[in-house]
Amino acid sequence: MSNNEEITTKTDVKVVAFVCNWCTYAGADLTGTSRIKYASNVRIIRFPCTGRIDFMLLMKAFAKGADGIIVSGCHPNDCHYTSGNYHAKRRWMVFRTLLDFVGIDIARINFTWVSAAEGAKWAEVVNSTVENIKKLGPYTNYKALAKMMESGSLKIEAGN
Amino acid sequence: MSRIGVFICHCGENISATVDCEKVAKVSGFLPGVAFSVDYKYMCSDPGQNLIKDAIKEHKLTGVVVAACSPRMHEPTFRRATAEAGVNPFLCEMANLREHCSWVHEKGDATTNKAIDIVRSLVAKVKRNQALYPIKVPVTKTALVIGGGVAGIQAALDIANTGHKVIMVEKEPSIGGHMSQLSETFPTLDCSQCILTPRMVEVAQHQNITLFTYAEVESLEGFIGNFKVKIRKKAKSIDEKACTGCGMCTTKCPQKKIKSEWEQGLGVRPAIYVPFPQAVPNKPVIDRINCTYYKTGKCKICEKVCPTKAIRFEQEDEVIEREVGAVVVATGYDIKRTDFFPEYGYDKHKDIIDGLQFERLASASGPTKGEIRRPSDGEIPKNIVFVACAGSRDVAKGIEYCSKICCMYTAKHAMLYKHKVHDGNAYVFYMDIRAAGKGYEEFTRRAIEEDGAKYIRGRVSKIYEKNGKLIVVGADTLMGAQQVEIEADMVVLATASIANKDSKDLAHKLHVSYDAHHFISEAHPKLKPVETNTAGIFLAGACQAPKDIPESVAQASGAAVKVACLFSNDELTREPIIAVVNRLAPPAYSTCTGCFLCEKVCPYQAITREEIKNREGNVIRNLAVVNPGLCQGCGTCVALCKSKSIDLQGYSNDQVYAEVAAVLDTI
Amino acid sequence: MIKLGFYPGCSLEGSSREYSESVMAIAKKFDIELVQVPDWNCCGASAAHNMSKELALSLPARIIALAEKAGFDELVVPCAACYNKITVTKHELFEDVTLKERVKDIISLDYTGNIKILNVIQMIEKYIIKDIDFKLENKFLHKVACYYGCLLVRPTKILQFDRPEDPQSMDNVMRAIGAEPIDWAFKTECCGAGLTVSRPDVVNKLSGNIVEDAISRGAEAIVVACPMCQANLDMRRPGIDKYLNKKTTIPVIYLTQAIGLATGCTEKELGLQRHFVPVNLS
Repeated sequence: MSNNEEITTKTDVKVVAFVCNWCTYAGADLTGTSRIKYASNVRIIRFPCTGRIDFMLLMKAFAKGADGIIVSGCHPNDCHYTSGNYHAKRRWMVFRTLLDFVGIDIARINFTWVSAAEGAKWAEVVNSTVENIKKLGPYTNYKALAKMMESGSLKIEAGN
Repeated sequence: MSRIGVFICHCGENISATVDCEKVAKVSGFLPGVAFSVDYKYMCSDPGQNLIKDAIKEHKLTGVVVAACSPRMHEPTFRRATAEAGVNPFLCEMANLREHCSWVHEKGDATTNKAIDIVRSLVAKVKRNQALYPIKVPVTKTALVIGGGVAGIQAALDIANTGHKVIMVEKEPSIGGHMSQLSETFPTLDCSQCILTPRMVEVAQHQNITLFTYAEVESLEGFIGNFKVKIRKKAKSIDEKACTGCGMCTTKCPQKKIKSEWEQGLGVRPAIYVPFPQAVPNKPVIDRINCTYYKTGKCKICEKVCPTKAIRFEQEDEVIEREVGAVVVATGYDIKRTDFFPEYGYDKHKDIIDGLQFERLASASGPTKGEIRRPSDGEIPKNIVFVACAGSRDVAKGIEYCSKICCMYTAKHAMLYKHKVHDGNAYVFYMDIRAAGKGYEEFTRRAIEEDGAKYIRGRVSKIYEKNGKLIVVGADTLMGAQQVEIEADMVVLATASIANKDSKDLAHKLHVSYDAHHFISEAHPKLKPVETNTAGIFLAGACQAPKDIPESVAQASGAAVKVACLFSNDELTREPIIAVVNRLAPPAYSTCTGCFLCEKVCPYQAITREEIKNREGNVIRNLAVVNPGLCQGCGTCVALCKSKSIDLQGYSNDQVYAEVAAVLDTI
Repeated sequence: MIKLGFYPGCSLEGSSREYSESVMAIAKKFDIELVQVPDWNCCGASAAHNMSKELALSLPARIIALAEKAGFDELVVPCAACYNKITVTKHELFEDVTLKERVKDIISLDYTGNIKILNVIQMIEKYIIKDIDFKLENKFLHKVACYYGCLLVRPTKILQFDRPEDPQSMDNVMRAIGAEPIDWAFKTECCGAGLTVSRPDVVNKLSGNIVEDAISRGAEAIVVACPMCQANLDMRRPGIDKYLNKKTTIPVIYLTQAIGLATGCTEKELGLQRHFVPVNLS
């Protein structure tokens, strides 16, 4: 299949969405049932709960070629497992300062809540995120950094 | 070696209209690990499912990806088909090509490419799936009912009548709850005790029910089907087996003037007492706080007169332990009292009373033998004012909800008053009349039209005392918000229903959630009104929210059925999507470091500590362990674990990382 | 010598001059120097809110800003209406930052809103009560009805002063000077307030009910801490008597006048001669 070079020259951006089964996944299902159209750049990965999402996964996604990320779960107070979404939110608060610190643009990550009834909102979230990422352009820096670290040379450019 | 089968569904035209299904099937056939790839019009149909089963057998498939609609739709269908073909059902995954792809994008290369990406990611996942088996948990077929009011009584009787054992724990000396304190019930004006006491007796005599009164739940450990409860039997100072309930002690006790809690402060009782004549069990307890013997060491008259020598002054609280499989919480409600209202003079005026106090006055066996009399001077009030919505629906007072029962009992009170004081005037200040139950509206109309209660729509802003009368200042909004002043002899406040003061503590002991007002939370407000978020613990009655007797009884029966359902199996089967802490051979035992962050964050208390002992029996490690009976599979602990020692079956780290990498076109 | 900021407001300079006189008299007795806010303006309590919200906020804001400029930490505002308006303004500008900037723009002054606003009872509780026993000369041996009116205790969430139903702060001060405050039902009932100009018949009724209840429970004087209340209960007595259909003689004095009488100030110093209903208390 396509190699790394091709990804960086692609004009179409790729957004990976980490969603919880009970709210956002179901909400996305509702978007489908309602036949609401949205940008096809997003790929959804299903989790039982946003609390399950280890944020290193986000780093992995960037390393493997994602240009943008959506993390979405149940609204606060509605978590199917009571408190998973709170943990996800807390993790996000800490993680984003870390990203800031290492110079990774946090504008590439959209942390949001979409409930099982918000089919239209899911489409909106995807569309606005994709548009945003398109403006920011494909994300090559993290991949380049990861490659550099693997190869041993450490010329780090200012963040994207 | 993986041999994955990929099955692309057209779903009629639902998927094939925008996704090139043949291409997806063809491309997927080239993925590493895929042994068979095909597309078909209707995978969920019988021929479709047979296609899968045949392929599994023919190509010796080790895993299956069905790319079709949402797994929320047909995952069980295809997992069943996989199982029927002899492959573990958890080795089957679904790729969502319909709701997440074909239905939301236009026809074109981008859509087909997305479908290819999705299938690829699920193939990468399923290659790392493990065979999982449903978890079986044994069930102790005894229920614990906490609370002996009408809801607890109904639940206990229903469960006991299905043949299972019930333990009922009631903190007061007698069961019966608030319903036993009422004089008559709406809308039939049935004598409350007359309809309740037969049930109370049935509970006491039922061979399947063990009743502990004057007892409280001390702690609850365990999980659904396997609870261990510690019950504290408070010292009654009586040997219940020896006591015959003759009542001699209560008549001879020299302390006669202690304010009776059961009579809501309007009547008195002795220090050794039975709360009311129809109490079940009809055996006394000694109030050690007020009893002369406990205060001064003198008296002991009750011991002297007891014909069976049943008094036990030295008795102590006893904590017993029982095993139960399910718990029904039926601890009921309380009400705000008159001191909650600064605008009504706080607690200054003796003749301003609350609804339960009025019930005791109206009760034939009450402190005034059923005559409505003013607490201050014992006179019969000629003008009585009932204030509905006292505290309820009032954001400023912090009680924004409606207490549900007050409109009805206020109408009842007005009627009872008019029945007893024919020439008296009953005024009711109301905001709305909520009479939604069966026969309720008619009942309220009767109070107004037949019994002559005067209903004034408006609130009471102030009550003050002048020349021995209570001046009630309110408004009449139907007359253009005119101020209305009534010189009343007595005022009855329909105060807000609130949770019992111990309700928060009990919720903590049981690990159930409660809301801002300390009412116990149901699992789902619409569809799961009698379950809590804690598996095996059910709810009944007013502890969940203010409600009347018919609803409490209905809910209690509902909870009883849930318990019976639980008890209808010898074992409980649960989905194996649970977390597991790794275990290795000694000396490592596990990569778990014993930080127990996972234990803290688990919403279901499913993680506990396991002691690893060496051959001498000394504890060398403390490791986290997940209770498969309790874990619900959220994975919060997995993401938290710093040493990656805990993983979620069905969504393991391996599986998820592979999914992410695969969906982005690179492995 | 304690130095506090002082905002008399229009009524203390005009129709309620005796309130100002008595406040100054007891301040002097208790070594408090009350310094007027330089260039103070009317707080707009009576009419500004009818004109415009910005005006209603800017007038009190200017007073606060001037007081802060003069370096005061605390500002004593004896008039209950001024106290109410200034405190509410402080709260509103604290809650809404955009509004605060707009108002700062209008008044062209620096404004932080950090200054503490004290009504007369709070001033007494903080600076006078501790020395009361020491300075007490004649115990105020009378039964009194402490009348708080509406503005001292409401809106509760913003003013956070005393209990809104059945307040006790003034009662406690009166007890400290030897008086016997009665328990009565009209402590915070409205006297008719500004309707005294447009609808005096309403004032007659509302103030009449207040006077009647105080008398019927044996009060010898009504004690107030608000110039509007005092004016309605005192100056409007003929109308009240007409409504009650009898002649009433119960005097209406300020809390500060009661303290002044108990600590040896003369009637002249306390402005008692200005009252419409004669004040004959020893």
